[in-house]
Amino acid sequence: MSGTVGILIVSHSPKVAEGAVDMVRQMVGDEVACTGVGGDPAGGLGTDAEKILAGIESLWSEAGVAVLVDLGGAEMNSEMAIEMLDEARRGRVRIAAAPVVEGAVIAATEASSGSTLAEVVAAAEEWR
Amino acid sequence: MAAERARVRVDHPTGLHARPAVKLTKLAKGFEASIRLRGLPDGAWIDAKSIVKVMALKLKTGTEIELEAEGADAAEAIAGLSGLVERNFDEHG
Repeated sequence: MSGTVGILIVSHSPKVAEGAVDMVRQMVGDEVACTGVGGDPAGGLGTDAEKILAGIESLWSEAGVAVLVDLGGAEMNSEMAIEMLDEARRGRVRIAAAPVVEGAVIAATEASSGSTLAEVVAAAEEWR
Repeated sequence: MAAERARVRVDHPTGLHARPAVKLTKLAKGFEASIRLRGLPDGAWIDAKSIVKVMALKLKTGTEIELEAEGADAAEAIAGLSGLVERNFDEHG
């Protein structure tokens, strides 16, 4: 299994997404691939499946990608983006039911110690 | 296999949160030994390898913690983790 699990942060706001990525960088460091996607194509608040798909592709490794989302639309569009992936890779992208910021820091910490996608998602979802 | 133990004070201004918590957990995960910690005087023991559990402790600066490890590299684990805390998580406070 090469690579560590990638962490994709999806928010309705590009600023929230960027801020969460900054927190992951500061707290966990750079050894985990982490990027943020936010805003709709018109530059307003919202989410966009195409942008999310691009985010997944930019983070791709055999270890897969954990997706952290904020509210409803972010999850729905992330699911749509996963559907757009080819069959073989679809199973290696999972959306964590966790708060977007705390979940991202926890997921990144787990990923940085080489945990599997399932372990990364489980750790994020442990946060209450 | 006797357990190895140590008590150290968290003097980092952030307390055992955010980056310090991440650093402690990542270091702990590098050891085979099972490692747990608790806030003194009467905190509950938690798994030092679980970032969620360490962060959930919300240990403030100035708190003393007790570390305990059991296993082949228990001594190194305790030395490593206590050192990290004593060095303020290798951050200039």
